[in-house]
Amino acid sequence: MSMSKEIKVEYLARVEGEGSLHIKLKDGKVEDLSLRIFEPPRFFEAFLVGRSYMEVPDITARICGICPVAYQMSSARALEKVVGLDVPDDVRKLRKLLYLGEYIESHVLHAYLLHAPDFLGYESALEMAKDHPDIVKAALKLKQWGNRIMEIIGGRSVHPVSPRVGGFHKAPGGDDLSPLLTNLDETKRTAFDAIDWAMGLKYPDLDRDTEYVSLWKKDEYPMLDGRIRSSKGIDVPEEDFEKVCVESQVSYSTARRYMIRGKTPYVVGPQARVNLNHEKLAPEVQDKARELGISFPISNPYKSIIARTLETAHSVIEAEKIIREYRPPASPYVKREPRAGEGAAITEAPRGMLFHRYSIGPDGIVKKASIVSPTSQNQTSIEADLLELAPKLASMQNDKATWLCEQTVRNYDPCISCSAHFLKLDLTSE
Amino acid sequence: MSKDNRVRLAVYKFSSCDGCQLQVLNIEDDLLELANQVEVSYFMEATRRAQPGPYDLALVEGSVSTPHEEDVIKKAREDSKLLVAIGACATAGGIQALRNWSDVELFKKIVYPRPEWITALKTATPISQHVKVDLELMGCPINKSQLVYVISQLLRGKKPYVPTYSVCLECKAKGTPCVVVAKNIPCVGPVTMAGCGAICPSYGRGCYSCFGPMDDPNPKPLIDYLTTQGADKGEVLRLLRMFTGYSEKFRKVVDEYE
Repeated sequence: MSMSKEIKVEYLARVEGEGSLHIKLKDGKVEDLSLRIFEPPRFFEAFLVGRSYMEVPDITARICGICPVAYQMSSARALEKVVGLDVPDDVRKLRKLLYLGEYIESHVLHAYLLHAPDFLGYESALEMAKDHPDIVKAALKLKQWGNRIMEIIGGRSVHPVSPRVGGFHKAPGGDDLSPLLTNLDETKRTAFDAIDWAMGLKYPDLDRDTEYVSLWKKDEYPMLDGRIRSSKGIDVPEEDFEKVCVESQVSYSTARRYMIRGKTPYVVGPQARVNLNHEKLAPEVQDKARELGISFPISNPYKSIIARTLETAHSVIEAEKIIREYRPPASPYVKREPRAGEGAAITEAPRGMLFHRYSIGPDGIVKKASIVSPTSQNQTSIEADLLELAPKLASMQNDKATWLCEQTVRNYDPCISCSAHFLKLDLTSE
Repeated sequence: MSKDNRVRLAVYKFSSCDGCQLQVLNIEDDLLELANQVEVSYFMEATRRAQPGPYDLALVEGSVSTPHEEDVIKKAREDSKLLVAIGACATAGGIQALRNWSDVELFKKIVYPRPEWITALKTATPISQHVKVDLELMGCPINKSQLVYVISQLLRGKKPYVPTYSVCLECKAKGTPCVVVAKNIPCVGPVTMAGCGAICPSYGRGCYSCFGPMDDPNPKPLIDYLTTQGADKGEVLRLLRMFTGYSEKFRKVVDEYE
């Protein structure tokens, strides 16, 4: 007797943006699998042409309301390379603090409000809060602390106004950051307890040979800059992104998708970063990982939530250090007149490497823009995970199977609004 | 109303960055209280449980930029007693409305290797261009305090008061020296709706009108004044053709200069 089964998720919930998933199984084998993204295209790379380079970080921030700082940082750095300026160390530190605030906001949002309900069997964090009010309340406080960092430095947490090409329009005064030190012990405790909590979750099995890719720096956990490294030996400068991470097209797909040299799927994001850089996490976080018996690499994609909690605790420790040592920079920004040229940069967005390349004219007007978001890089890996998982789904009840697929997609914290670069995928497996 | 007499809330997303919906989740201190007071019936970013309408209150983020969205917004209107458009995309088309001055077919070719597969309308337009909107909350993003205030007023059956005056009033109240007068920085605050709390000038930069036009703006003398003070005309016009550039009150004036 042949058994067929269809799983349809018409609208993926708890992701930022819109997508749907169709899987068709026959006799336990995948007959059809499609992860469809129907986020409307917004054409940033087209309308950036003709704008001044100074407007770019304000505009690209609007690609994603969850990680605007990532877009501001990648675009600012790429444009700084075009005009030939390096921000001084004190400005770089302030950028890092702002970015750490975004990591905390974004990771806590995903880990607790979007992803945790899957592990604990709730439809949403609001439902979860009825049974676990203390966990959700503590998480909201921690998220608020991340947002507070962005509000003080950037003026607001969604689409901060202070970052600019060359630094900041204004740097916080000497005491402006001190409110962040109030109740800091509680903030730290929540961040570290989260690691215990994540380790206590029950994880579905999934192990797939995976290539992890992230920025890499010798003495620093990657965030603002670095070389591109992978778990399978890639080691190139950021400008070479397009040589390694190649956009590939297949006849059955309209998606802009990326694979290593156009052939193998790869993973970017928190799991890739901790796997390649765990020895540079804050010492307290490394101790905690040892104490809990966390070993690297973390290969089960569901355990990305553990990587997110490790990075959140790391971000709190790093942020505290910068806040305590903070002195306003000598000058909040460096100014350079525009000059014709091209430049590319990557920073590590909460969801993974975010690549920007710009070409501008002598008047500073953008002639060409190219942006590759983390989610468009992870898309082929999401599909690979689903394919790996698919045979198991056959014996599951339909609603359980559907939920597990959704959870699998959410492992990657897919920010679909950021990825209007890929639209629709139909994958057929014989 | 729900079975237990709570207001049924829906949050919709159209073409956008998700930032205004995120502001709903960013009201950390009040989020759980809000979740007690209303029944969150439809909010795909937050919950996988989607309940059918009718809804008492719908918050709508994003602009309408695909044929699919044209259909969804009509259904959303039918399903919702009160419909509030939130943010620059929903009220003015948002940054993606910049395509409205260009050719979407050309845009497709610039961005996508296979443009023939991309479905998009020629324009990205505000919600009010498609259905009746009961209230508009401006901003890119919306101000979360304003959001909390508006929701709590609506829950009590009261009409919320949303400012109609220029952001300059907020800037003055805050005691920030005028960046145009003191530093000769181009600023379009005088024609921009209040609501953000005048953030940009307090960070040493000019307003770029992410809250869109005030009630009765007069951009022309401002453009002329800023250019006589030495600002580059292109730069000033681009300030008014950014996140809320497609709003009628800015569009008409800026188009005249072209």
